[in-house]
Amino acid sequence: MNTRRRNRLVAIVFVLGGTAVTAALVLTALDENINLFYPPERVVGGEAPAGVTIRAGGMVADGSVEHDDSGLGVSFVLTDYQGSDFVVRYVGILPDLFREGQGILVTGELDDERVFQASQVLAKHDENYMPPELAGIAEAESSTPPDPHAGAP
Amino acid sequence: MNRARLFIPMAVFAVLACFLFLGFTLRDPHELPSALIDRPFPDFDLPILGKPGARATRADLVGQRRLVNVWATWCPTCLAEHGELSRIANETGLSVIGINYKDDPSEASRWLARHGDPYDYNIVDVSGDFGVEIGVYGAPETFLVDAEGTIRYKRVGDVNEDIWREELQPAIAALEALR
Amino acid sequence: MIVEFGHFSVVAALLVALALGVVGHVSAVNSVWRSLVATLASCQLLLLAIGFAVLVRAFLVSDFSVAYVAENSNSLLPWYYRVSATWGAHEGSFLLWILIMGVWTWAVSLGCRRLPDEIFGRVLGTMGLLNFGFLLFLLSTSSPFERLLPAAPPEGADLNPLLQDFGLIVHPPLLYTGYVGFAVAFSFAVAALIGGRLDAAWARWSRPWTNVAWAFLTVGIALGSWWAYYELGWGGWWFWDPVENASFMPWLAGTALIHSLAVTEKRGAFKSWTALLAIAAFSLSLLGAFIVRSGVLTSVHAFAVDPERGLFVLALLAIAVGGALAIYGVRAPTIMSRARYGGFSRELLLLVNNAILVVALAFVLHGTLYPLAHEAMTGGEKTSVGAPYFNRGFVPLMCVLACFLALAPVARWKRTPLSLLKNSGLMCVAALCMGLVLPLVLGGAFKVGAAVAVALGIWIMLVHGADVWRRRNSTTRGYLGMTIAHIGFAVALMGIGVTSEFSREVDVRMAVGDSVELNGVTYRFAALRRIEGPNYVADRAEFVTDSGVHLYPEKRHYPVRDQVMTEAGIAAGFVRDLYIALGSALPDGAWGVRIQDKPMVRWVWLGALLMAFGGVLAVTDPRYRRLRATDGLREARGSPWATSGAGPEPSAGEREGAPLARRKREPKAPAVGHSPTT
Repeated sequence: MNTRRRNRLVAIVFVLGGTAVTAALVLTALDENINLFYPPERVVGGEAPAGVTIRAGGMVADGSVEHDDSGLGVSFVLTDYQGSDFVVRYVGILPDLFREGQGILVTGELDDERVFQASQVLAKHDENYMPPELAGIAEAESSTPPDPHAGAP
Repeated sequence: MNRARLFIPMAVFAVLACFLFLGFTLRDPHELPSALIDRPFPDFDLPILGKPGARATRADLVGQRRLVNVWATWCPTCLAEHGELSRIANETGLSVIGINYKDDPSEASRWLARHGDPYDYNIVDVSGDFGVEIGVYGAPETFLVDAEGTIRYKRVGDVNEDIWREELQPAIAALEALR
Repeated sequence: MIVEFGHFSVVAALLVALALGVVGHVSAVNSVWRSLVATLASCQLLLLAIGFAVLVRAFLVSDFSVAYVAENSNSLLPWYYRVSATWGAHEGSFLLWILIMGVWTWAVSLGCRRLPDEIFGRVLGTMGLLNFGFLLFLLSTSSPFERLLPAAPPEGADLNPLLQDFGLIVHPPLLYTGYVGFAVAFSFAVAALIGGRLDAAWARWSRPWTNVAWAFLTVGIALGSWWAYYELGWGGWWFWDPVENASFMPWLAGTALIHSLAVTEKRGAFKSWTALLAIAAFSLSLLGAFIVRSGVLTSVHAFAVDPERGLFVLALLAIAVGGALAIYGVRAPTIMSRARYGGFSRELLLLVNNAILVVALAFVLHGTLYPLAHEAMTGGEKTSVGAPYFNRGFVPLMCVLACFLALAPVARWKRTPLSLLKNSGLMCVAALCMGLVLPLVLGGAFKVGAAVAVALGIWIMLVHGADVWRRRNSTTRGYLGMTIAHIGFAVALMGIGVTSEFSREVDVRMAVGDSVELNGVTYRFAALRRIEGPNYVADRAEFVTDSGVHLYPEKRHYPVRDQVMTEAGIAAGFVRDLYIALGSALPDGAWGVRIQDKPMVRWVWLGALLMAFGGVLAVTDPRYRRLRATDGLREARGSPWATSGAGPEPSAGEREGAPLARRKREPKAPAVGHSPTT
């Protein structure tokens, strides 16, 4: 085999090999690591599976935040202000922007009692930023304070 | 044959660009359909700006077609739309109610004294709780409420000439046609 | 009036950029115009600098009649944050982007003035057209000069407290310098394609520019990671967030590019591939801009969302990248290069490097865009791709890359005598032993990830160190730069491996006086004070460890935006960081507290800095200056540049001084006994 032909062969091997490796990696890694998003309506409606990592979102219902007497456990209700509410349980540090009436994203699993055991709680990071997942259920979204951007054309 | 192969990167890019375009247009973040449209304006019982002791309720709102405008002194865009709101109030005679949102009432009164007051009256929502009920994202926002107290239109952002001409006026005209 | 003057100046820059685009490409054909090109480039920079200075001034004097200033500043803000607030949001940061593009354009017009007309004109012309597109975008959708007249607000809405920080003063300028710097490599590739001259000379000309841009991007990303580490209060340094990925993807492409350029310059091979990478690196920078500025993907770092802007950037992306790829399709040579290389050669290693980096890139790109594709295909079902996805694929790829990297100094062009590999194999065994033992002894536990990372890191360091020692009398700056960058990679790799495996954290509830033990260190909550900053009030806690280290985490409240911010208390160290963040105050006066012990986390950023330093050091190699002078000479003699055929020039590397450099770098006998480890 002459050099040119071999070089071409090498190139083809690399292209095919690269594609194959990429595809394999993507497929194996993606499998268990995409988290579907569920709005409160679908969590309450039973569409969200239990025991699987999912993401959910909603507004923290007013007056629903209860801290444990000891430890860092906290539970609160996420609502879409349309009648769909569910309880979230979380142990750990809540984000700075967590407050009642705030739009929140949670990652975690629904347990057998349909309580959402959150492993991560995310709040809107600043007032210019709204998790697009929440935009769809935003009818009753609380506004955060001073937001000069809301009206900016 | 060889030449055609050189266009593969371009084809790949074209597919990618299409995806970006689709994903992008499918999710227009400014389009926030309000579930409150065609629903009754929520109940409230809140103080009136500049009138100590006086309170306004939903009952005061019904009976007349009105614009309800959410504003605050900390919001530059509110100032920018103030001229157009004043024009609407003066020239069309449409009643405009303000919701002074998460603001310092005394500062708000000063602001109105300085820039003019197109509002029939202002409801004071210092905590922003009422804002939650009417689904406010921020300021400014403007609702069109009909005589029965039903929300017919919502604008997130400033009301300017274009919005008046292209959205608000047609919405009002549609209400007229219904009667 | 001054603001309008700045606005006008930027509008003028738009026209100058267009003129540069046209004149540049015309001058490639008709050299009469050449002298005008450099003038236009300087002129553009001047106008942009004026526009930018005007905006900075508006911030400094708190001119709230400018909408952008009113939205992002406040008279209470310290002056340095008022300056950095200029690029704190979309409009101003894009003006900065354009200004940096102007600086690069001007630098190319100076640094490349001895290049042949054809390439000089086309490079600057392409850059002019790109900047014209950027300016059109800025002025039509997001001008920072718009006024709030007649009624200017008395006070501004303040800069987002997250951005009131040193990291955010310097992070965007560095990052943009990197992003935009790839426009130079892109323009060189487009210019070379149009002229049908993808050759070794083209590779050599674009190499220094690419290296510098890549170095800036590296530092920019490292700074962003460092900022996230101490400012977001989570103690993480990489989240695989779409916006982080947006800066990381051009970096991967750029890393592949600087390696592929080496082959193209020295051996005249991989030409089309290199051109494609140059186009890809800049395209990914633009894609990053699209992701950050369109709000198309969920990210905590994204700018305010505006669909109109997103569409404009997408159109810009489509025109620039689509155009470049079309030129590639029409003009790239169809003939395979005739460069020869054997089974185990430096060419092959670099090919492997490129293959791995591109696979990693495709993998990250897929993970980043997957939620978008999923939503489009399922009609609105929303997903997110978590960090485990990225780690699953990316970590093994980087380990494989590290293995090949450890062979890099040994490999020779064309064919490597197998005898050279013996030493490297010995070091591999030594490194493997150390990798197994060191984390076990120092960390007290066996962790596979840490062992692999440390073993690979030590192997890379040993091999490179031995090679430097062997060549101690004949090193060039290019060679030293490469070595330092590779060692930087090893340092970062070890840092990542160790900090990922050995970090410890607890979330606890603590009141003043309480103590907690983590990883052998006792932390006592000593005091809580209320302090006042210039534009915030804060609860400041004091923690004391049993070894006498004091940490001061804060919870700040910024009244203007009614926003709460966590300032972590960090005791930084070369070996380990102690990290405390205050959570929220609990009803009974206790606090939620997150305490972290992060060994070797600084190595991640130290490694990145070494990589960047290596990249810049390589550029200072006198070789580049000398060769450019020769090119000028060649041009003066009217030699072969006029031919515009697409023919490959396999011997270009041979002709242009490379053999000299190579002879110097490859002493015949490998000096086996000289490595410091044996």
